[in-house]
Amino acid sequence: MKINRIILSFISAVVILFSTSVVSFAKVVGDKIVLGAAISLTGKYSSNGVHTQNGYNMAVDRINSMGGVKVGGKTYKFEIIYYDDESNPKRAAQLAERLISQDGVEFMLGPYSSGLTKAIAPVTEKYGVPMVEANGASRSLFTKGYKYLFAVLAPANLYLDVAIDLAVEKNNGKPVTVAMAFEQDAFSQDVRLGVLDAIKRTGSKKVIDDKLPKELNDMAATLVKVKQMKPDVLVVSGHTKGALTAIRQIAEMKVDVPMLAMTHCDAAKLSKQHGKNSQYALCASQWHKTLTYKDNFFKDGMKYAADFEKEFGYDPPYQSAESSAALLVFKDAFERANSFDQKKVRDALAATNMQTFYGNIKFAEGGQNVDKPMVLFQVMCDGSGKCENKVVAPTKWASAKLIHPIPKWSER
Amino acid sequence: MDFMVFQYPMITVQACLDGLLLGILFALIAYGMALQWGVMNIINIAQGDLVILGGYIAYFMYLYGIHPAWGVIVSPIIMYFIGVGIYKLVINKVVDRDLFISILATFGISILFMQLMNFAFGADVVLANSGYGTTMLFDNNVTLPNSKIFSAVISIVFAICLVIYMKKSKLGRAIRATAQNARAAKILGVDTEKVYAATFGINAALCGVAGALISITFTIHPYMGLPYTIRSFMIVIVAGLGNLPGVAMSGMGLGVFEEFADYILGTEFRIGAVFLLLVLILVYRRFKLSRKREYLK
Repeated sequence: MKINRIILSFISAVVILFSTSVVSFAKVVGDKIVLGAAISLTGKYSSNGVHTQNGYNMAVDRINSMGGVKVGGKTYKFEIIYYDDESNPKRAAQLAERLISQDGVEFMLGPYSSGLTKAIAPVTEKYGVPMVEANGASRSLFTKGYKYLFAVLAPANLYLDVAIDLAVEKNNGKPVTVAMAFEQDAFSQDVRLGVLDAIKRTGSKKVIDDKLPKELNDMAATLVKVKQMKPDVLVVSGHTKGALTAIRQIAEMKVDVPMLAMTHCDAAKLSKQHGKNSQYALCASQWHKTLTYKDNFFKDGMKYAADFEKEFGYDPPYQSAESSAALLVFKDAFERANSFDQKKVRDALAATNMQTFYGNIKFAEGGQNVDKPMVLFQVMCDGSGKCENKVVAPTKWASAKLIHPIPKWSER
Repeated sequence: MDFMVFQYPMITVQACLDGLLLGILFALIAYGMALQWGVMNIINIAQGDLVILGGYIAYFMYLYGIHPAWGVIVSPIIMYFIGVGIYKLVINKVVDRDLFISILATFGISILFMQLMNFAFGADVVLANSGYGTTMLFDNNVTLPNSKIFSAVISIVFAICLVIYMKKSKLGRAIRATAQNARAAKILGVDTEKVYAATFGINAALCGVAGALISITFTIHPYMGLPYTIRSFMIVIVAGLGNLPGVAMSGMGLGVFEEFADYILGTEFRIGAVFLLLVLILVYRRFKLSRKREYLK
């Protein structure tokens, strides 16, 4: 009995020792600014989770090697504590609690996806921890009155409304007919709301409005309707599986539609998986490497893409670029606040107005970035079947001319 | 509600054909489930995950430049051994136990498989391109992807082969004997342990074929297994065990039902409609059973 009690007290002593030592490593210690992030390293978002993490790591290395962050005349280096949220919102919220209350993290980076950001935001808000996130675009994140949430990306409702405007422009300013197919999740439904706004604004008409299920892998029914109704534009948003399924079945069923606009084409590696069948698809993107924004750390998009490829062995998707931008924003805010006081940093973040390689960043009241438009690229293939994404809108950054209308299948 | 499907006759034809082709594929998966349910009295929740794993085998062949249609041959062979492996590791410990325990065990296998596939192959949605083109019917108003026709034909071929095998071969007879009465079969010299392992292997192989076909016609993803489990469960419930024509009919029926539900209720209710139908059928069966019981009284 006695020996048991001794063992027990020994174990609890060790536990207490460990827990205190963890706390003392965190926050801003010595010359380190410790940021916390719950990222989906396993589970259904793991591939985009890894893109996010690579983006963060790339920026941390770059900022640290180029002199770090200067606050109060002293130089600090970034460090990130990662936890794996298993793509599970509940787990993400727990980990945010843990990062803040156990590890003592005072500044957070966002997770991947709108759903997980939604789970974490109430926690960071409760503790007054500033969070810069780069992968939660859902409009509902920015209408809750959060004070400590800042998103470097454009909100989801702006993803595809550009496409409707473009279609109207190509139709000599006359209204168009629109077929819509959106997955039933927070993000895609926000994209849908944006498209509905654009339809209303331009006086256009929606002829099909399908909601796709989560287990989506067959949208033949929607496409049959599209064949029958012959709309001017077909918009699809259902993450990577939506993009892949749409292109496969449009090609198989020979659906002719003058304009096809989607989201998640680059995450789906559309042109790689489908080759020529993906040709002419318009894709909404937060970023493209050919955009000419500039900063001191990554120079520009092309340089960023080249450096990223060298380090991680693949072309950076926009998820990585925006994640890197989040750290540039943090650095800028720390230096302007000239303090590690959470309130001061929060105010500095709110006053951000800067250009990064990823785009201009300026936050609205709700925390969303209002200074960076979405771009549309079009998949274009050459004779040998090699396909490339070329920016076609907005015209300011266009590197190619929009091909419109899409040639009929019988003429390809 | 949208009744477009009835306003344009060509859409009705399209929906029926799509549904039938899809249903034949479902029936193949369901037949595997019926087989091992009948023989071993195990409801395999991991059925859909085995399908997806089979799909990944075809996908990897495609990645290495082999035409994914060969997956129809290779995938079942690999899956057979995986099936036997699962039997030896887990299923043989639950085979004589309560049905509930087997459901729990296979549920565990399902979760394990999902996570392992996610770990090994990544969470990306993938597909294999067969390049089979399209068949146009009725003045180009009805389109049938050749990959779907290919899937249906291969499913039928495998089903026929299996029926012949079960009728003629020694192992087939042993399997049928065990299904009828495992104890009697054992007394008469059937190695039931071997029969069980083979049955589970054959089921996994059928899932492998179906998975390869799905990677050609649709998309695959580590977490997409469950809808296939539900569908095959439902088909077996309707058709009953050991009733191949019944499985085929109810498979095709389910395919057509799904397509029409998609058109009429909307794509978002497609899987929901399947669940609803399952509940209705279970209630109906219970009702019928209770009436039967009353007669007996």
